[in-house]
Amino acid sequence: MLYALLGGFGVAALAPWLHQLFGRHSGWALALWPATLFIYFASMLSGVNDGPVLVSHDWIPSLGIQLSFMVDGLSLLFALLISGIGVFIVAYAGRYLEQHQDVGRFYAILLAFMASMLGLVLSDNLISLFVFWELTSITSYLLIGFNHEDAAARRSALQGLFVTVGGGLALMTGLIMLAMVGGSYELSTLLGQGDVIREHAWYAPMLALILLGAFTKSAQFPFHFWLPNAMAAPTPVSAYLHSATMVKAGIYLLARLNPALGGSQLWLTVLGSVGAITLFIGIWLALRSTGIKKVLAYSTVMALGTLTMLIGLGTDIALSAAMAFLLAHSLYKGALFMIAGIIDHGTGSKDLRDTGGLFRAMPVTAVTASVAALSLAGVLPMFGFVAKELLFESVLSSAASWITLLVVAGTAMTVAVAALIGILPWYGKTAVTKRTPHEAPPALLAGPIVLATLGLLFGLFAPLVDERLLGAAVSAVAGNSVTPNLALWHGINVALGLSALTLALGLCLYFCRDQFRHYTRFTDTLAKAGPERGYDASISWLVKISAWQTRFFQSGYLRYYLLIILLTFMALVWTVMLIHWPALSMGIDLRGIQLHEYALVFVLVAAALAAARSESRLGAVASLGAVGFTVALLYVMFSAPDLGITQVLVETLTVILLVLVLFRLPGFLRLTSTALRLRDAMVASAVGITMTCLLLFAADARLYDSISHWHVAQSMPGGYGRNIVNVILVDFRALDTLGEIFVLALAATGVLAMIRLRAEDKSK
Amino acid sequence: MNMPKQPDSLILRVTGHFLLPLLIMFSLFLLLRGHNEPGGGFIGGLVASAAIALHLFFTDVQSARRLIWLDPRDLLGWGLSIAIASGVIAMFSGLPFLSALWTELTVPMFGMLKIGTPLMFDIGVYLVVIGTVLNILLSLAEAEEA
Repeated sequence: MLYALLGGFGVAALAPWLHQLFGRHSGWALALWPATLFIYFASMLSGVNDGPVLVSHDWIPSLGIQLSFMVDGLSLLFALLISGIGVFIVAYAGRYLEQHQDVGRFYAILLAFMASMLGLVLSDNLISLFVFWELTSITSYLLIGFNHEDAAARRSALQGLFVTVGGGLALMTGLIMLAMVGGSYELSTLLGQGDVIREHAWYAPMLALILLGAFTKSAQFPFHFWLPNAMAAPTPVSAYLHSATMVKAGIYLLARLNPALGGSQLWLTVLGSVGAITLFIGIWLALRSTGIKKVLAYSTVMALGTLTMLIGLGTDIALSAAMAFLLAHSLYKGALFMIAGIIDHGTGSKDLRDTGGLFRAMPVTAVTASVAALSLAGVLPMFGFVAKELLFESVLSSAASWITLLVVAGTAMTVAVAALIGILPWYGKTAVTKRTPHEAPPALLAGPIVLATLGLLFGLFAPLVDERLLGAAVSAVAGNSVTPNLALWHGINVALGLSALTLALGLCLYFCRDQFRHYTRFTDTLAKAGPERGYDASISWLVKISAWQTRFFQSGYLRYYLLIILLTFMALVWTVMLIHWPALSMGIDLRGIQLHEYALVFVLVAAALAAARSESRLGAVASLGAVGFTVALLYVMFSAPDLGITQVLVETLTVILLVLVLFRLPGFLRLTSTALRLRDAMVASAVGITMTCLLLFAADARLYDSISHWHVAQSMPGGYGRNIVNVILVDFRALDTLGEIFVLALAATGVLAMIRLRAEDKSK
Repeated sequence: MNMPKQPDSLILRVTGHFLLPLLIMFSLFLLLRGHNEPGGGFIGGLVASAAIALHLFFTDVQSARRLIWLDPRDLLGWGLSIAIASGVIAMFSGLPFLSALWTELTVPMFGMLKIGTPLMFDIGVYLVVIGTVLNILLSLAEAEEA
């Protein structure tokens, strides 16, 4: 299992090299990997009916984070879709991007995405689920922005990333809360804790956070805007990530957590209404669009809304409808997207208005498209019909009437959209296209043909699909054993009547599409004021705020940096000290101090004052040196020879450095006003007083036993050294030292860069 | 305001040439004995840097650079790599990163010699300290000469 998942990243890393090896046939060669996975997952099908299969590996044992996987009906359904559609996508991409110079990179990201997506749906541990979740966002970002020379692609990629990763942050918090409430990071344990979780006081905030993550990922209103923009990606990506797999991750999460979180009134209301609104807005915008990929993208938004709504309803029949709809949608939408790519590839047009009569040039594609579109429209005997019947039955039995109304209207409009894709480009008057239309090669056609045919076969053999594939999935979502009862023919009932009604309405809408577009222009102005405006505004505010705070904090003046650091330091220290004020005490005991120690301190203070008051730079350096050497002497007297030696050496080198710099500095003039000097003096004194108080409090407080004794005792037997300071530095606390030498090296590099840059500036 | 031309002091030159190898040896001595007596990589590194700074005073930057035959920037890299490597060694034995490992060698004429990864780590510290100080020192001096 682990190899099946992590091996994907290995194949991804090797992909550019394999691409060079196989040349133009690399698509087929690389498709072998998802094909292998598909067979592997298919072999697990019979096993999951008896309950989930759990596999676990230690990942970060000290934090209780495991790389554990759970295979049950739901995750297996997703895994089969991901690997199965993946086969055709990889093969398709090999031909579709044949001319592109970066195909190797494309394969690498696509396969890495596939591995992440599989990891996401198979994870049992919440943390690993989240990591894979974010990996899909990142690979999606790279894929949307694949044509990175195109500014629009870059913008869309960034938008998708911000929206999904922003939601991801909320999701992470929600998942951690879930784990704290349920007492485990393992989904398999959490799913049985539904009652505890729903009763908990954190339920509402936790649900809000998790839903935010799921809604952004699955493009629910008001976050739907990123998905159509993501169509800037190459078509195989749109077909794979932005219809069949990644955008369904949110749906997966909702379905997965349904036994733990679902069933409450809040769940029903939020999911039901957000889903229904998304459904309607999605299909409305689809009908208003003319770009082939845009139409498909918006109809995907509609499908995602439908799924959210169905999971929200949560009845057995609604969940059956959700799983059937999910399967049907992945099949026909994958096929239709790939066909959109074929049209683009074969004719050079991306707009529905520029196409027509393509049937003569590309008959196979045309028939395939029509079959897939029939499934989208939900026409007998396609699998889409089975799903639509269940959809109607579930909203009729349990949804609010306004939701039912939206669903019926949305379905009718879906029929019109299906006609736009399945009829308009292929039949009727032949349009003049940029390229002479030609039939697509087998690598491009394989996917659509297989997926569209499956849509037909699954419809014809619905009970078999039910028994072998969907039964276990629906049971996993419901949390108890459910038999979905898929059937092509449910008898003559209200749902069938609605089907016929929507079909008729949809066809009418299709034939009046120009009038529809004309009379609904007003919604475009509404859409302009929509959520995407909000996104743009928040991004521009973010830029403004960060510019302001950079100007404020990164002034470029050493004195302001020092001022900010010191003031922050004081604020933090005093906050803590004031919180613990009653417990603090200063035990000042002057009895044991010897006369020569008083003398040293006197020298120290005098030298410090002299340094501050000095009128010449050399005098200031000398006085500072005196301070340093006196401190060194104090170290030696209090039996810290290592510190003493270090201090002396550092003082010496500092003087050498200062001598080198001295000549470069401007004259020692009075550059600041008295008020500024007074301010600096006050800050300096305050910091001094703070440090003194801190040290005196610290010396008197003993919250824990000192560890010095342990160090002394362990130095020889544990560290093989008599010099405790050194043993601590290189053995007991070696990690600290390692960090410090990294800081040293960084500082040296910084100084080097600064001096070099100035030297270059001067020489210019 | 230019730095005055190097004063050609006979005393400085003679004692400098004489002191340089001694100081370097002293720094190595401090480095090696650090585990038991005052000393260690940090102090040793500072002494070595001071020795080269002294050299810099009676010669010029080129000659100081030749003296260490490695660019101070490379010293940083080597030091960090050695320090990390000393920590990684323990991981091959299944111990956490930076665990100390010791072996005892019997060297003829010397007797028992204890060698361990902390010493290697200290050598890394030694190199980083020299690298840091010399990077700053030499580039400042170079900017002065230019």
